[in-house]
Amino acid sequence: MKDILKYIKKNKLAYVSLYLLGILYFLAIFADFFAPYPYDIQHRDTPYHPPTQIHFIDKEGKFHLRPFVYGYKLEDPVFKIYSIDYQRKYLIRFFSKGEKHYILGIIPTDIHLFGVEYPGKIFLLGADHLGRDIFSRLLYGARVSLSIGLVGVLLSFTIGAVVGGISGYFGGKIDNILMRISEIIMSFPGFYLMLALRAVFPITLSSVQVYFLIIVILSFIGWAGLARIIRGMVLSIREQEFVLAAKSYGASSLRIILRHILPNTFSYLLIAATLSIPGYILGESALSLLGLGIQEPYASWGNMLSSARSISAISSYPWILAPGIAIFITILAFNLLGDALRDALDPKLRKML
Amino acid sequence: MIPLIIGITFISFIIIQLAPGSYLDQLKMNPQISKETIKKLEEAYGLDKPLLVQYFMWLVNALRFDLGYSFSYHVPVTQLIWERIGNTLFLSITSAVIAWFLAIPLGIWAALKPNSIIDKFIQLFSFTFMSIPNFFLAFLLLFVAVKTGAFPTGGAVSPDYEQMSFWEKLGDRLWHVSLPAFVLGISSLAGLVRLVRSTMIESLNSEYVLFARAKGLPEREVIFKHALKNALNPFITLLGFEIASLLSGAALIEIIVNWPGMGMLMLDAVLSQDLYLVMGGLYIGAIMLIIGNLIADILLAKLDPRVRQREIEGVLR
Repeated sequence: MKDILKYIKKNKLAYVSLYLLGILYFLAIFADFFAPYPYDIQHRDTPYHPPTQIHFIDKEGKFHLRPFVYGYKLEDPVFKIYSIDYQRKYLIRFFSKGEKHYILGIIPTDIHLFGVEYPGKIFLLGADHLGRDIFSRLLYGARVSLSIGLVGVLLSFTIGAVVGGISGYFGGKIDNILMRISEIIMSFPGFYLMLALRAVFPITLSSVQVYFLIIVILSFIGWAGLARIIRGMVLSIREQEFVLAAKSYGASSLRIILRHILPNTFSYLLIAATLSIPGYILGESALSLLGLGIQEPYASWGNMLSSARSISAISSYPWILAPGIAIFITILAFNLLGDALRDALDPKLRKML
Repeated sequence: MIPLIIGITFISFIIIQLAPGSYLDQLKMNPQISKETIKKLEEAYGLDKPLLVQYFMWLVNALRFDLGYSFSYHVPVTQLIWERIGNTLFLSITSAVIAWFLAIPLGIWAALKPNSIIDKFIQLFSFTFMSIPNFFLAFLLLFVAVKTGAFPTGGAVSPDYEQMSFWEKLGDRLWHVSLPAFVLGISSLAGLVRLVRSTMIESLNSEYVLFARAKGLPEREVIFKHALKNALNPFITLLGFEIASLLSGAALIEIIVNWPGMGMLMLDAVLSQDLYLVMGGLYIGAIMLIIGNLIADILLAKLDPRVRQREIEGVLR
């Protein structure tokens, strides 16, 4: 592990990516503190509010040490056109009091990182059709989107590694059956299989249920490819002498697979896991985008983008595309990190992935 | 191959049966439809028989490409899929052509001068577009399309398509396909370029290339006849996958840009539990996969004498 960290430190891009991901996960965990508003608070009087500009210099050219925002006036309620009202000026407060929330789900507090004087509003990335703050929702949505990647990969890699391990170690009939099953799953057109599996369950599930359902669906599709590769690796590892040694002192097959063989595939698993997290994030986004994933009012990056499916909304209120940029940055970071890991751990693997 | 088709179709059959309710349940809610009608419908579609019998009835017909009737459209599934498949294939083949025809020269170019500015640029490009979710890219391009009006924002043809001459029709289709094809093409181009580059670098550093150079062959011949030809194998396999994903690979983008292809059809079918339509889609998808693998295998054997050798030995043994 130390070697890996050392190598990553040398590779600047990977180092930056690691930091970036750290920050993103940190923001997601403490979303209720960093977000100025809760995810479900609607400002019905300001739908599609454009991103609020933050000023240091007021209209008369006077500099203020404390940043402030101007009020916005809804000029055209049909096309949601706003104009800046220079008469109303609201100071930005740091560590300001806002809605009550629980940090980490336990510590009750009403302090948010920043907020703005009442009755001013601050929408760093604009507001959506119900006047909900996109920036806040982005932070809350990160919880779903970022964790689905991790949990999904964890689940499917556990299944994939164990199935691949058993298949490669025992060979014969078990191998044959397991590999035929994985072949069938891999042969499905992935997107259709995802839709069909989603349709097995009612559309109206609670968001927690949907969250786990998505993980299960994505893992169900994802384990097969991994199992095949692990099987190939196990086939060669099981011929090595330390396996024979373990057998000779009477270790059980399960113990040999879990304790002796699979750890040898660890570096491959780590690389493959890093590089497949984006796939899970995309899978969640795609399902939520089509309205089959996380349901309103809960936020995920995918369902936030679903309002962008109307072309008129994209053209008039382009800030609703912000979650797409968040997805892009996250995936880029994971890709860069995975690439660096691959170079660090095993240059030979370059071809296999 | 045959067990694979049976496995795929059987699992999809089970999955759809697992889904709560069926299409007929929606009809039962309708007070205007009498119980007798529903009974008749059940018999007509064979829904009153046990599951396994239903499946085998479907399978026997499917082998003759009779995929049953769609509940919601009341027309044969084959006909529905046939109407949409052309659009989907047009879109995915166009995007595949964009991706492959750009990826190979760009990848070779990058591989010839590793770490040069061009190489860095190509790498940056491929990393960026590999990481942009393609639905997001589609949104961005739709935004540009609406703002500039340079591209149509939905559909496969203009409303006055029927009145056009042949060349205008062709132009109209290309104009409409450009946006989704660009999105799909550029996403797969990004991944392909990286692969072409790395296999070419490996091939260029190998001893047979060194030997070819030592022999004094012109550089052109070294690159195309020796290095490229030996680097081709993984791409043939990829080409097989590409053929397999021609039908389903574009589904999400089709739905987003309102392309009248298989994607939208399948989404609706899954949501309305249109059993035979979903089955038909998965069945044709699986057949495409098998055709793709078959073509890849044949091409591999044709290009690589080592593969041929292995096959012959396999038969003899």
